[in-house]
Amino acid sequence: MAGPDGGAPAFGTTGSYLDTFPGSQGAWGWLTTVDHKKIGLMYASAMFTFFLVGMALGLLIRLELLNPGTQFIGPRAYNSVFTLHGVIMIFLFIVPGIPAILGNFILPLQLGADDVAFPRLNLLSWYVYMVGAVMAIVSLFTNGGTPDTGWTFYAPYAVTTDTNVSMAVMAAFVLGFSSILTGMNFITTIHRLRAPGMGFFRMPLFCWGLYATAWIQIIATPVVGITLVLLFLERVLGIGFFDPSRGGDPILYQHLFWIYSHPVVYVMILPAMGIISEILPAFSRRTIFGYKAIAISSMAIAGVGYLVWGHHMLTAGMSDTARWVFSLLTFFVAIPTGVKIFNWLATLYRGSIEVRVPLLWAMGWIFLFSIGGLTGLAQGALATDIHLHDTAYIVGHFHYTMFGGAAVGLFAGMHFWFPKIYGRMYNEKRATWAFGLFMVGFNMTYFSLLVIGLMGMPRRYQDYLPQYHTGHAISTVGSWVMVSGILLMFFNLWRGYRNGKIAGDNPWGATTLEWKTTSPPPLLNFATPPTVTTGPYDFTEILEKGHDPEARS
Amino acid sequence: MNGASSYAGLVDRAFIFILGTSVLLLVGVTAVMIGFIIRYRRSKNPNPAQIEGSATLETIWTVLPTILVLVMFYYGWAGFKVMRDIPDGAEQVTVKAKKWSWLFEYENGKESTELMVPVGRPVALNLTSSDVIHSFFVPAFRLKEDCVPGRTNHAWFEAIRPGRFDLLCAEYCGDQHSAMLSKVVAVPADSFDAWLGLDSGPPTGRQLLDLRGCAACHTIDGKKLVGPSFKGVFGEKVTVMTDGVERTIEVDEDYLRRSILNPKADLVGGYEDKMPEQRDLVTDEEVEAIIKFIKGLR
Repeated sequence: MAGPDGGAPAFGTTGSYLDTFPGSQGAWGWLTTVDHKKIGLMYASAMFTFFLVGMALGLLIRLELLNPGTQFIGPRAYNSVFTLHGVIMIFLFIVPGIPAILGNFILPLQLGADDVAFPRLNLLSWYVYMVGAVMAIVSLFTNGGTPDTGWTFYAPYAVTTDTNVSMAVMAAFVLGFSSILTGMNFITTIHRLRAPGMGFFRMPLFCWGLYATAWIQIIATPVVGITLVLLFLERVLGIGFFDPSRGGDPILYQHLFWIYSHPVVYVMILPAMGIISEILPAFSRRTIFGYKAIAISSMAIAGVGYLVWGHHMLTAGMSDTARWVFSLLTFFVAIPTGVKIFNWLATLYRGSIEVRVPLLWAMGWIFLFSIGGLTGLAQGALATDIHLHDTAYIVGHFHYTMFGGAAVGLFAGMHFWFPKIYGRMYNEKRATWAFGLFMVGFNMTYFSLLVIGLMGMPRRYQDYLPQYHTGHAISTVGSWVMVSGILLMFFNLWRGYRNGKIAGDNPWGATTLEWKTTSPPPLLNFATPPTVTTGPYDFTEILEKGHDPEARS
Repeated sequence: MNGASSYAGLVDRAFIFILGTSVLLLVGVTAVMIGFIIRYRRSKNPNPAQIEGSATLETIWTVLPTILVLVMFYYGWAGFKVMRDIPDGAEQVTVKAKKWSWLFEYENGKESTELMVPVGRPVALNLTSSDVIHSFFVPAFRLKEDCVPGRTNHAWFEAIRPGRFDLLCAEYCGDQHSAMLSKVVAVPADSFDAWLGLDSGPPTGRQLLDLRGCAACHTIDGKKLVGPSFKGVFGEKVTVMTDGVERTIEVDEDYLRRSILNPKADLVGGYEDKMPEQRDLVTDEEVEAIIKFIKGLR
């Protein structure tokens, strides 16, 4: 394409961001890049590595629980394994996952910007994340060894255990800064860098999801940062914040921990909801139903989500008044979530639906997340939660929401934006198989946990009573099916990246701005900066002029 | 699983309403989703309708779920209220949780490792812990409440039929968390009174291993747990760490006494320093009874 004056095109407006230019070659080029797309991919490589490690640990947990008694890892090792699984999956994968990977890559493209507001800060966030990750790994092998507290680091256990909790909580502290910096960057980007004509209510819903998320990251993360520093000081200097034998209060720790850690589940889920809101219109060829309700409900979830943390502590000995207030507030957070689900269903109504791989994952997401959300209702109600608290039911519930919700949202987004990111397509047939295996395995693994939890199987048990055997065995077999689906999915995406069919600029016929540039996009995203005259899901042009999925400019 | 406490029925009523509604909603959402995808597939419906929203519909599906969740909240609250109103005159039991054993102390000072309760009479629990957080969980009673060090939590139940019910620790507490199990033994009220009134004299060394929690980490059959087994240990030569220096000693009465009262002094090689000092937790008579029992374990 010619430049504005008819001469050579300006630097970074043609070709692919993956092309090299002087200073961008090799590992050094990647490690010093300030391109949001490359930073997104650097996050992806780190996070998917951690995800696979966390998955292997999860598999190990399930294997140990195949039969009652000790199979091959004793209680001590088991406790370390589930702690590691939790710490890796939560702090290194799910919390930062979608914003860092797809948020980085897609947000500026969807806004019509050439990068995030602070590109160098963005690179710094990646380094801060990596420092935190390295600290977490070092904590496994030094000074007492792998923490055995569970990812929640409850006091006074975490204060008194001789494993290396100090290093692990400081790792989580550092990771928090990466989260805060990314949140600030995204909020600024959304406020300042939207394309001309794109008002807030013309923003794609993925951007709304990231926007609500970013506010939680900024406001809630410092609380857990401070809490973890207090825990560190208590361990190192013996100051009695949380251990009653030093005059501290263990319930205080739980309050401080969950004031962050409950809102953060919405950090995990809101961006995933944004992805679903992109995929459904794209494959239905119609505008989303209730755009404003979905956008505003994201903010409502982020807001009400701050006020419900006490439902993690309904058996901890809080006053009865606090318990019913938290229970009531918890139910209010269910409402905006329900509204979203109904709006998504209504988006399919009278659409022109093409079932492709991203839509399959989005449907799977709606099914799994519905189970996740609905199983949460019995936990929000007081009498029933007393029975369910700290059982395998909770484990099942949060895997439905965080894995079935956040991680499956990420998988859906990966399949949706893959042709944009690499300019190639994966094998759709193989992707469908991977999806099918995953769904079957997932439900075997986690539905069984719901059932045995209801029967009274406590969580974090290395051994169990005979009445829980069947459920555990089904769950373990399910984990093998699920993992084969996941491995097939990664293999398929990798094959697609290496030698997949060349994809068109807009293979799905979607309408948001990232599909209006080339695949893969040029370094500065757009040959000419786009302007916006309609809402994000206006299919008029595609329906009138027809759509060629192979077309490339 | 049938409930065995007076309020289990109320809890189960809440479960049935909430889980039943949830299943209906899930089936509904899934059926509508799949139905729409089949009905409006592109080959059949090439021209989509651009419907931006409907204030009426969106109001309906905001208001209806609000009512539904408020009903759910009510059911949950109704069951919970009963659980929290401890009846006057209930039998008082102090629950002492520690890594990794349960001890129950009754009003007259009697102690047991399984919780004995009378059928048809309310039992009030005063829940305590001496180290980390544990949680008192009896699935058949639909009852759970944490044992938090530094404070006393309260709960109550009334068993409605005799039986032996699983009691599990529900809050993660370390190595032997999944072995921190006991039973609630519900017996007819007159049997309970007879048991409670029975003065069986001071507990034997064997009973003390359970009552004082020794058995959570030390077996009497040679199996290694968190600590060494007591079997055949008397008179053996063992390697211990004393102030970081390795030395070999013979296990005699003095060594056993020192190991109970101040376990850090001579730590047996290959084991971690995990045992709390028992200095204020056992009486001199109890120590002697335990030593006598260990001496006899061949």
